[in-house]
Amino acid sequence: MLLREVEYVKPSSIAEALTNLAANDGARALAGGQTLINVMKARAASPDVLVDLSGLEELKGIELGSDGTLSIGPMTTYTELMDSAEARARPILGEVCSKIADVQVRNRGTIGGNLCANDPTNHLPPLMAAIGAELTITGAGGERTVPASDFFLGVYMTAVGQTELLTRITIPAGKHDGFAAVTLGVDGTCIVNAAASMNGSLRIAIGCVDAVPVLIEVESPDTVRAAVRAAALHPPDDVHASSEYRAHLAEVLAERAARQAVGE
Amino acid sequence: MNVAVTVNGTVYERDVEARKLLIHFLRDDIDLTGSHIGCDTGNCGACSVILDGTLVKSCMVLAVQANGSKVETVEGLADGEQLTALQQAFTDHHALQCGYCTPGMLMSATSLLRSNPSPSDEEIRKALQGNICRCTGYWNIFEAVKSVAR
Repeated sequence: MLLREVEYVKPSSIAEALTNLAANDGARALAGGQTLINVMKARAASPDVLVDLSGLEELKGIELGSDGTLSIGPMTTYTELMDSAEARARPILGEVCSKIADVQVRNRGTIGGNLCANDPTNHLPPLMAAIGAELTITGAGGERTVPASDFFLGVYMTAVGQTELLTRITIPAGKHDGFAAVTLGVDGTCIVNAAASMNGSLRIAIGCVDAVPVLIEVESPDTVRAAVRAAALHPPDDVHASSEYRAHLAEVLAERAARQAVGE
Repeated sequence: MNVAVTVNGTVYERDVEARKLLIHFLRDDIDLTGSHIGCDTGNCGACSVILDGTLVKSCMVLAVQANGSKVETVEGLADGEQLTALQQAFTDHHALQCGYCTPGMLMSATSLLRSNPSPSDEEIRKALQGNICRCTGYWNIFEAVKSVAR
């Protein structure tokens, strides 16, 4: 398909990329392109300038700190996360990445692109919210770090401003995590997903039921379903599932994720 | 924008618009029409090629992003008339009917067998997950790939 005319720049440093983004209101960062190029085909997005981040080595790589903290560059692909020895410190990361779309998409799609796209059907926003990830955002004025629970602002909207970049994803140590989803076909478009993490209490984030992941905290998997009901979700209706069915799945999947997190 | 892309060992230098998808560069600019456009939405995998050793869907890559890269397409598999073992297996197992998905299937299976010459049944299925076939029901494709796995 022929895309709308667009300019393309490939900066060689974060500073240069920020300058490129600031130079044009219609400039947009291009990560792996597995969402953006498709929405450009549909004209759902029509950037004037694509700022290709693939040349920025600072945005790649996975480091494991001595305390078990993972520091992940946002341009790390799903396949790299699945294959990384360091990322195995938090096994849920590779497990969830292996459920995203297919080999080709996993080879090119990036963790940062997934988070910044914040499509409500993406798996990684609820996962990051459940496991307490922190996101470092860099702009001309310097860096700031926000918790995942404050990062997702609305459908396709995050705390990353038009002239800013997500530059680091920090994930605390932990192993007691779970994830469950109902999708259209294996690893297809998500109808509802839920991620859970046990760290003192059980923290569960449910995706696809609202504009941003819905967080709930409970003491045990036995109270998850009541807590989801108490959250009084009003999920969207679409051709794939009614609002009522999504609300039902939210309960079921939140409990499944919670039981995996506590090792049941 | 001027790009130089090495496709199946030959360097092609062209002036392309930034909006051009890699699949159109391959098919329209350098006349390699083996890679197909099925859905144009990143679902079907008929446009799959190997970009710098990594399997990708060429409808979700811009041609300018492939500047300086090496691309392998289905035309690069056979040596003249000599099919690869995988291509021969597709023939032997009747793994294609209309053939539209075959270039993508071959590139996905080639990529799998390079990185994992002895895949399990599950690994073969997972490797072909991004390639849709409307004719075969997949079974003969699976059998063909399995027959050349060591």
